[in-house]
Amino acid sequence: MRILLAALISITAGLASLQAQKIEKIGIPELEKILASPADELHVVNFWATWCPPCVTELPYFEKLAGEYQGKGVRFILISLDFPSQIETKLIPFLEKNKISAEVKVMTNLDYNSWIEKVDEGWQGNIPVTLFFNNATKKRYFHPSELTEKELRDLITKHK
Amino acid sequence: MKKYLFISLAALMMAGLLSAQSQYKAGDIASDFKLKNVKGEFVSLADINDTDGFIVAFWCNTCPVVKKYDKRLQDLHAKYASKGYPVVAINPNDPAVSPGDSYDKMKETASKLDYKFEYLFDETQEVARKYGATNTPHIYILSWKDGKLVVDYVGAIDNNADDASAADKKYAEDALNSILKGQAVSVAGTKAVGCGIKWKKS
Repeated sequence: MRILLAALISITAGLASLQAQKIEKIGIPELEKILASPADELHVVNFWATWCPPCVTELPYFEKLAGEYQGKGVRFILISLDFPSQIETKLIPFLEKNKISAEVKVMTNLDYNSWIEKVDEGWQGNIPVTLFFNNATKKRYFHPSELTEKELRDLITKHK
Repeated sequence: MKKYLFISLAALMMAGLLSAQSQYKAGDIASDFKLKNVKGEFVSLADINDTDGFIVAFWCNTCPVVKKYDKRLQDLHAKYASKGYPVVAINPNDPAVSPGDSYDKMKETASKLDYKFEYLFDETQEVARKYGATNTPHIYILSWKDGKLVVDYVGAIDNNADDASAADKKYAEDALNSILKGQAVSVAGTKAVGCGIKWKKS
């Protein structure tokens, strides 16, 4: 009985931590840390929101390729610009409904002009946009609009 | 011959890129336009009497970020129209891509939300292209100078889309207050985060 209970608790805790990990809230310091990541792997950082239809269209491609490239030197990070007041009501239900298991973070600093240019000086503030980089090999490419699955696949192959 | 063809193709592509990216910035001269309002009348900025300028807002019926700013745009009009700077909202979205942004739905939105400002339909999307608007909402503050419309500010209304009371940089209001005092606008351009304009599929 005790073992069963312990197992139940650890499963619940595991699920809770999985959930928490899935939607880590970040600010500028965490964003800067991601952008400065020294890991020798291709980072694919997508900025999106549930309120942005083209973002929602392309999100499954990121999910799919994140699965395919798991453990193969590509790290996908999906940074949501959903409003902090709608994380529980819109973002989490969306992620659950669409079974998104890729790494999702929420940018909670809404003072966009204080960090947009840290991502790329050419970013006009539109979403979706995707940044590809590997700081170890000094590769960097900013894609200023939405992607098809083929475009995303080709860009990963090209920059990997 | 081949070489010339290549050069002219390259030039064409460059021109395409430039026109896609160029956006009015402070100091530029903005074009006037003639667009249909929700009452069915065609309106030009020059037709609107007793103005020193305008708060031109690329706007729509559907975007959640626009909805977040709805009250704030109405407040801007209430505060600044009497000081010579009315709001003129423009919906550039293609209803074929975004059915909720049709002209009829604009009429519904304006009536439901009791818009006191002009709400115009940029059916050909020419105005949005000329201004270089990328998103809704996207704000352009213009002032009449020697019969021309000079751009004073381009960008966001403030720095917190989610919560007006948490915004501590009120870009549009600060710009308008400086203009009204005859002072230089200290932040004349910001990036506006919002819903990408729904361009016609060519």
